Amino acid sequence: MEPRPLDPAAIRSILATDCGSTPTKAILIEPRDGVYRLIVRGEAPTTVEAPFEDVTRGVLNAVREVEELAGRRILDGERIITPQTGDQGVDLYVSTSSAGGGLQMMVSGLVLQMTGESAQRAALGAGAIVMDVIALNDGRRPHEKIRRLRQLRPDMILLSGGTDGGDVRRVAEMAEIILAADPKARLGAGYRLPVIYAGNQAAAEVVTGTLGDRTALSVVANLRPSLEQENLGPARDAIHELFMEHVMAHAPGYKKLMTWSPVPIMPTPGAVGIIIEAIARRDRMSVVGVDIGGATTDVFSVFQGVFNRTVSANLGMSYSVSNVMAEAGIENILRWVPFAVDEIDLRNRVKNKMIRPTTIPQSLEDLVIEQAIAREALRLAFEQHKALAVGLKGIQSQRTISDIMSQTETGATRVDLLDLGLLVGSGGVLSHAPRRVQAALMMVDGFLPEGLTQLAVDSIFMAPQLGVLSTVHEPAATQVFERDCLVRLGTVLSPLGAGKAGQPCLSVEVLADQTPIQRRIPFGELALIPLPEQGRVRVIARPERGFDLGPGKGKPLEAQVNGGVVGLIVDTRGRRPFVLPTEPAERIRRLRAWNAALGLYAKEV
Amino acid sequence: MAHAYTPGLRVTDHAVIRRERRLPLKGDVLVAVGQPVEADTVVARTELPGNVQTVNLAAKLSLDPARVPDALTLPVGSAVRRGDLIAAGKSLFGLVHQRATSPADGTLESVSPVTGQLILREPPLPVEVDAYVRGVVAEVLPGEGVVVEASGALMQGIFGVGGETFGTLRLVAASPDEPLATAALTPAHQGCVVVGGSYVSHATLMRARELGVAAVVVGGFDDHDLRHLLGRDLGVAITGAEDLGFTLILTEGFGRIRMAERTWRLLAAHQGQQASVSGATQIRAGVMRPEIVIPRPPGAGREAAAAGAAGVEVGSLLRVIREPHFGRIARVIELPAELQALETEARVRVMAVEFAEDGTRAVVPRANVELIED
Repeated sequence: MEPRPLDPAAIRSILATDCGSTPTKAILIEPRDGVYRLIVRGEAPTTVEAPFEDVTRGVLNAVREVEELAGRRILDGERIITPQTGDQGVDLYVSTSSAGGGLQMMVSGLVLQMTGESAQRAALGAGAIVMDVIALNDGRRPHEKIRRLRQLRPDMILLSGGTDGGDVRRVAEMAEIILAADPKARLGAGYRLPVIYAGNQAAAEVVTGTLGDRTALSVVANLRPSLEQENLGPARDAIHELFMEHVMAHAPGYKKLMTWSPVPIMPTPGAVGIIIEAIARRDRMSVVGVDIGGATTDVFSVFQGVFNRTVSANLGMSYSVSNVMAEAGIENILRWVPFAVDEIDLRNRVKNKMIRPTTIPQSLEDLVIEQAIAREALRLAFEQHKALAVGLKGIQSQRTISDIMSQTETGATRVDLLDLGLLVGSGGVLSHAPRRVQAALMMVDGFLPEGLTQLAVDSIFMAPQLGVLSTVHEPAATQVFERDCLVRLGTVLSPLGAGKAGQPCLSVEVLADQTPIQRRIPFGELALIPLPEQGRVRVIARPERGFDLGPGKGKPLEAQVNGGVVGLIVDTRGRRPFVLPTEPAERIRRLRAWNAALGLYAKEV
Repeated sequence: MAHAYTPGLRVTDHAVIRRERRLPLKGDVLVAVGQPVEADTVVARTELPGNVQTVNLAAKLSLDPARVPDALTLPVGSAVRRGDLIAAGKSLFGLVHQRATSPADGTLESVSPVTGQLILREPPLPVEVDAYVRGVVAEVLPGEGVVVEASGALMQGIFGVGGETFGTLRLVAASPDEPLATAALTPAHQGCVVVGGSYVSHATLMRARELGVAAVVVGGFDDHDLRHLLGRDLGVAITGAEDLGFTLILTEGFGRIRMAERTWRLLAAHQGQQASVSGATQIRAGVMRPEIVIPRPPGAGREAAAAGAAGVEVGSLLRVIREPHFGRIARVIELPAELQALETEARVRVMAVEFAEDGTRAVVPRANVELIED
């Protein structure tokens, strides 16, 4: 359905829901004193699974909670009243969804590192989980590729390959492999698998001849028309459209839900991406957002105006917690824990969390261990993001002497931590951390920001609803985001460079309203300088020779920074490299000192 | 609010168990509605298409791809044996004769005039589905399989590895808090479903495998040993396809945990009977737990399935499923409505409980308990 033209000025109330894989969340937004604000929030279990098998049940339950809390009627039986009449109903209803395990895709290209990667970026950018990338040069024999396609039962396949006017034969080969595999879709046995072709346009006819009768084939513009150019938009749009038409429509209850909203239902991560892009555009800065959930961790970034998104489908804090341990290694988790832990006991604890994913830490020790795992999940998800958010490979770029000196190459990551202006976190372990400073330090340890970086968390995870809302009513989305969604934690200052513990490293001056604060922080420490929660303050930081905050080694940095509930964290533990002591007693001593300096926990652990 | 919802595992003596037995592809159903079946009765059969091999005939025959279809010596659809001549052509103005032979037994499936590739499909692989539980065919899914229905005891475990199997149920540990001892296993346990108490070590499992034990059911197991058993760290809990030579089911979790009294008593009551066991576990949307099914002999009468997980109320029996009281059995004595601060400073809904073993009391988050059906 095409979005209906809306008159933003006429909107008196907005209901927005997000059908997550576990809960369905509903928020009610109304103007108060001339600005849109979050009024109440309701939550109910998502009802995609048996015995309900109808996503709208969970939506109605969440909306009923909103009705109770707001003290007014929104539903007429099982119908959302629109437009608002008197104090009944709402003027606009929008929704996002990640229920049903999201969109699981396979992508294929000719060359793994070129069209394969472009196709992967297109799929990830559209909010999909990429199960596998199949390419002619991926080292697998044709029958192995066919077996893999059959086993994985993807929701959709994106076939790319070749620059326009290039080799047709090899694209035809990939199409023949897909045909031979005849993969069945995961949901709904009775429908044909959607395949999107976004490769060499000269091969479109051959691909249509091969796959047209056997799959639901869509042909769109080449996502890599030439080596120098990437055109992901048409493929992304086709993925969204087919996701709505085929995949979501087969999840129980979606057809009904789609008729409730004049705005297309958007995959949750796609909606969060819109919000992150909007912040970056508005504040003209590089932004990284992370959403750490139970099963997956999504990372979004905007650097040099380019948006990238990755899903680490197997990194999360409950269903996937055991996989974090498997991928990070137990020693990397234990390095963040300031007490001795028996490895057998830790392994059992993590597995017990995996098999009973809804439990929460009761003891402080358990919380510390959970937050240590979160640091590693964030680190791994960000590493994956950095590896995928790269410039185009295979391009010959003109180099100057300075480029040669700095050894940059095409295909280098776009993520430049010195350029990062704002880091936003969301997801239970960050949004619901008992102390906000815990969320701040988890993000700092997981991402290791450099120079000057602002930190924020999404208070109750409503970025998805605001993302979809911004497509039809940007002022409302922005106002609620700033006032009710985004909790500014403060700022972190992290000089590049290494040194010996205790050697002079940085002096910081904070010019707050009345009394300026001056601190000298030696190398190897964490320090916290309180900032006002609202407004901006001037900060002047002077690194010692050998340390760099961005302007150059030993050069001062002056900036206006936002205040926040945590304050200014000064992190002189070193960057490039960041190293924790390997000797256990020393490591524990340092971790305890850092935790105490930030007031991380109510007592020493 | 006096209720709280908790995940509950079904442990019941009276269940009607329906299990769908479906082929991966269309095939033949071999049984009829109402027909009694044993666990090993084959209920449906099909043939999986063989693996596909591609043969680059254009390269082998030095031909333009467009000419390859005409170079085939056998029509598409023909069955061939390894080494059979499948294509021949002339190149270099007819001076050079090239021949191509089949690299494997199979069928010529298709040939492409664009790529010059031949797709050769290897012979099909037979696939059979058995009934898994002793019961009656309740429904036939034409061309796909059947639904087998049995009535009897059903016990869900919390985690398992290994696939479906069945065997005679044997209690080997003396009590639910005693670990399964290596010395207690004998050659008589070959093909049996062996029940231990609180724990099994890797060494004992290896002995069980040596003896040909079909399945091991215990309270707990160390993740450290699971890693050893699988040869890797288990990342995501999707199991059931492991080829271990036996199936392992944990009824309680990881570590040494006394098997729940009710589970133990039920297993003891059915000692000597046939049990069907599946280790398949999926912990994600659409949760799947491992199970032990003990069908009643045919004609022993059917009873309705017990109701699903109920709400927790004062007096409910439950188990704490997270530290610091992990694994302890308790009764609810109070369900306060207000949020309370934990040691972590998180404010959550809690309950006050009294532990069964020593009568001491504690406050635990509602999220950290699991209902035990009385």
